[in-house]
Amino acid sequence: MLEVLDVSKIFPGVRALDQVSFRLQAGEVHALVGENGAGKSTLIKVLTGVYQPDSGELRYDGRTAQFGTPMDAQHAGISTIYQEVNLIPLMSVAHNLFLGREPRNRLGLLDENRMHRDAREILAGYGVTADVRRRLGTLALGEQQMVALARAVMIDAKVVIMDEPTSSLEPREVETLFGVIRELHGRGIGIIYVSHRLDELYQICDAVTILRDGKVVHTGKLADLERIRLVSLMLGREMSEVRREGATAFSGAATGDTGAAPVLRASGLTSRRKLHDISFEVRPGEVVGLGGLLGAGRSETIKAIGGAYPLDSGDVQVNGVDLKKPTTVRAVRAGIAVQPEDRKAEGIIAGLSVRENIALAVLPQLSRLGLVSESKIDAIVEKYMTRLRIKASSPHQLVGDLSGGNQQKVLLARLLATGPKVLLLDEPTRGIDVGAKAEVQSLIDELAAEGLGVVLVSSDAEELIEGADRVVVLRDGVVVGVLTGAQVTTEDLMSAIAAGGNE
Amino acid sequence: MTTQVAARPALNLKGLPQYGVYLAILLLVLYNIFFTPYFLTWSNVRIQLIQVAPIVIVALGMALVIGTEGIDLSVGSVMALAAALIPLYLGYGVVAAILASLVAGVAVGFINGVLVARVGLQPIVATLALFVGGRGLAVVISEGKLKDVRNPDLIYLGSGDLFGIPVLVWIAAALVLVVAFLVRRTVFGRRLLAVGGNRPATELAGLPVKRVLITVYVLCAVLASIAGLLSVARIQSSDASAVGLLIELSAITAVVVGGTPLTGGKVRVLGTVAGALLMQLVIATMIKHNLQPSTTEMVQAVIILIAVYVARERKTR
Amino acid sequence: MTMGIAEPRVAAAADTRREERTDRIVGIVQRQGAPAVLILVVLISLAAFPNFRSFDNTATILVAAAPPMLIALGMTFVILTGGIDLSVGSLYVLGGVLAAWASQYGFVAAFAAPLLVCGAIGVANGLLIAYTRMAPFIVTLAALLGARGLMRAISSEGSETFLVKSDAFRRLGNGSFLDIGYQVWLVAGLVVLGMVLLARTGFGRAVYAVGGSEDAAALMGVAVRRTKVWVYVMSGLLAGVAGAINAAKLGSGVTVLGTGMELDAIAAVVIGGTLLTGGAGSIAGTVAGVLLLGVIQNLINQVGNLNSNWQQVISGTFLALVVVAQTYLVKLRRIN
Repeated sequence: MLEVLDVSKIFPGVRALDQVSFRLQAGEVHALVGENGAGKSTLIKVLTGVYQPDSGELRYDGRTAQFGTPMDAQHAGISTIYQEVNLIPLMSVAHNLFLGREPRNRLGLLDENRMHRDAREILAGYGVTADVRRRLGTLALGEQQMVALARAVMIDAKVVIMDEPTSSLEPREVETLFGVIRELHGRGIGIIYVSHRLDELYQICDAVTILRDGKVVHTGKLADLERIRLVSLMLGREMSEVRREGATAFSGAATGDTGAAPVLRASGLTSRRKLHDISFEVRPGEVVGLGGLLGAGRSETIKAIGGAYPLDSGDVQVNGVDLKKPTTVRAVRAGIAVQPEDRKAEGIIAGLSVRENIALAVLPQLSRLGLVSESKIDAIVEKYMTRLRIKASSPHQLVGDLSGGNQQKVLLARLLATGPKVLLLDEPTRGIDVGAKAEVQSLIDELAAEGLGVVLVSSDAEELIEGADRVVVLRDGVVVGVLTGAQVTTEDLMSAIAAGGNE
Repeated sequence: MTTQVAARPALNLKGLPQYGVYLAILLLVLYNIFFTPYFLTWSNVRIQLIQVAPIVIVALGMALVIGTEGIDLSVGSVMALAAALIPLYLGYGVVAAILASLVAGVAVGFINGVLVARVGLQPIVATLALFVGGRGLAVVISEGKLKDVRNPDLIYLGSGDLFGIPVLVWIAAALVLVVAFLVRRTVFGRRLLAVGGNRPATELAGLPVKRVLITVYVLCAVLASIAGLLSVARIQSSDASAVGLLIELSAITAVVVGGTPLTGGKVRVLGTVAGALLMQLVIATMIKHNLQPSTTEMVQAVIILIAVYVARERKTR
Repeated sequence: MTMGIAEPRVAAAADTRREERTDRIVGIVQRQGAPAVLILVVLISLAAFPNFRSFDNTATILVAAAPPMLIALGMTFVILTGGIDLSVGSLYVLGGVLAAWASQYGFVAAFAAPLLVCGAIGVANGLLIAYTRMAPFIVTLAALLGARGLMRAISSEGSETFLVKSDAFRRLGNGSFLDIGYQVWLVAGLVVLGMVLLARTGFGRAVYAVGGSEDAAALMGVAVRRTKVWVYVMSGLLAGVAGAINAAKLGSGVTVLGTGMELDAIAAVVIGGTLLTGGAGSIAGTVAGVLLLGVIQNLINQVGNLNSNWQQVISGTFLALVVVAQTYLVKLRRIN
């Protein structure tokens, strides 16, 4: 009933969707999976009229369709439930539910009583029993999501797209959601279900489409697809391909000095709902990988260590010295350098030059009495631009004008300039071209060989396996396994990730 | 290839907010030289410079705040406070009076800074409280009276000459240099731009973002208090209900017309000075051609809107 | 391998319950704070100032509060959408001058002129803010300057004071019904109308939605731009009417009043519990806020030797306290 044919969407430097075809049948729950950057969200945005495809065709109800805006798609009966609920938290539940089509009385004024009555009735069907006059924002996230769902179905939706609907739900709420999905299913409504929780997918979905690097790598019945095969399709290349050595630029040699005292020790990191008692150590010269699917708590762990994510409990020690509730300032001073996942939003400062970006964190060392020494800056900038082979027309070029790979190198240069003891890298090779990727990978090897402790987060299975000496596997904010030894394979990683959560 | 073609017209537009102000000044000066009698006389230039000096000083501070993606609506109230304190402390000498007004600036700036950096209020909301209450406090302090100031040292600051140029202008010029130096050559300046460019990234890089923000608001308020005390020195009286009225608007205009974007990450010190000069020239030109102050106000309003419109961030990305 | 998931989830549920409770308390403080303080201040005044009790004094307070009430009413709509209107003080003065000037052509003209001109400036504000995405404070600050210029242009650079020529119009300012001034009735009527508009119409819902989350509102089909234009138009119109009734009371269009009027209005709205960031608040709160400031002004006048500028200091202090408190209350609500 909703179908895209050979759709491509190109953003500057990235082919976000490459000849993607996807078909949703009526009354089908269709899983859409893939890691970050695989093209899921772009595909959803094409389906809901946020983006226009560069080529290819969108078909709806057997006819070619074109949605200029999200409103067009909504009017046609395609509703989306976003991960972050797109309702208005400060307004009451009932008002959210009825916004834009409130019941009126004879005077043309809103009929609050009827609205509340109707809202209570409708929401009861979704298991929401909260007072409908309460502000939406005061409801649990699961209930908010139900309200969003109820609203979507109320406007005669034929297709409902759910983007990670369970990421913040409690088990009980997940059950309610599934009940509602089954009911919609029975009414012939097509559902596109995006999630990384494999258990859920197998519980609720009929069909699956897997995206990777903007391409469809598999589509078909979910029941016919093994769990491990699903994970490997998402993360890795074909298994036969994986066995060939040298998919990455990592040397593969273990560099960690197993005898040395750990340079970084994280113990019992706990943060409400996201992290539960995460502990691991990194020794000098060791690369420790953090594995797991999206939402497993990898980025949160890294940020928590860097002082940028609130912890309820847990300790971070650098060279045996406790940071005591890390703050970003304290973490940097202690020798922790964090490369955040979202380079543009949290990494580089696009409006400043390469030079300013590199020197930013070490200005006090490059200045006397608060006056910066231009020559010292030049020296350090020169050093890192050469070492990391940063390609810019001059040190004065704006970082925002560089390619993704060079932006990443500038960011790394800034981290290295602080003389860190531990480097925390969150997806260091995402969104950069192949050449730069290899350079960054060998740089990580080099840095580890020089004695730095490295924590590496990557959704690329080979990168993780070949780059790391040890992989700590996370699921739902809990450490579920540690893979050690040179003989660790991507299959091991995938089965650790895919292992069912119910055993 | 296609991207290059597309980039060209965008580049032309980009230059407009940045250099348009200098071009406009040039054109206006040329026009005045030919069509306005007695424009290029020293006495006229002198008057214009004296009038623009306080605006330049306040605009410098505003430029710093705007560079951090902030705004400070309380500058006019700070000027009033500084002005109100002068006659109170003049009995203890000029230095004490000046110190008192500067301390008031530091206090106001600190409150603004803490509200923005620590409490996490939007800058416009944070500075609104002192915008509302500051002038009232100033009038209360001065008991609602206009007070004459007769201290010769203070009057020298406002109307004296040094090497044939008004002291007021020297002070403004010196402050321009100081702020330019601060922005270009100091650690603080670099950090300020980084905070305005990308606050989360700057925080993650381990920079003391809150301290930078508080310092910026303190600097802005101190500059405003300097402008306030100089205004008292110039008009030789302190009128808390009138000093610095609507100066926040003139200051923001100077900053924006001078090519500093309201979205932060950039501070154009010279552009800000040029922006203030341009607005002064526009008003002077209109007055010389016998247009009423009311007309000049309406024209100013239009110029502000055009400047902000041209410089506004493009939402296409 | 997968232990330790169940336990934190239970803890999370307990957190949710605690959040609900905090939230209810926070909500009550936000909604009832201003009326509670108002009642408290009135009770203290009744005890401390014998003159406060008289009917005449109450009527004085209400009459004095009439123009600010209208401006704050418009401001409430604007702030609820997450905007701000700094031009109302100038529009108020402009409205007064226009009304006095136009009163020579009769009662209707005395109202039509300020409505027309101030409404037009409101339209300009709204269009610029909604369609060019320029910041509301800068657009309305420019409008403040423009309106001031216009007012001075009409009144020969502020030197000419127009006297109200229409007797009917002047009676609006000084006459009374049931011993309460006509203008108080008029303002009360407009306030009730505003309440109905805000609470019981689709437009009112749209105002809250735009302020609550502009993006979500757009996705839910709210006409965001149209809503924004309308709130600035309303704010302009109400400021014009406020100026007109003030001119009717004074019998002339005074050209110097009104500086700081926009600030008093903002203070009243915020003290009344409306979030400056938009999306939550009420007209009832604003009414309490305006009356609170009015009562305080009245007390300051009664004390006599106190400078009336204390009013602004108190407004500013209240504003700061309320805004800071709100921020902490909101934070209490959303500790992830």
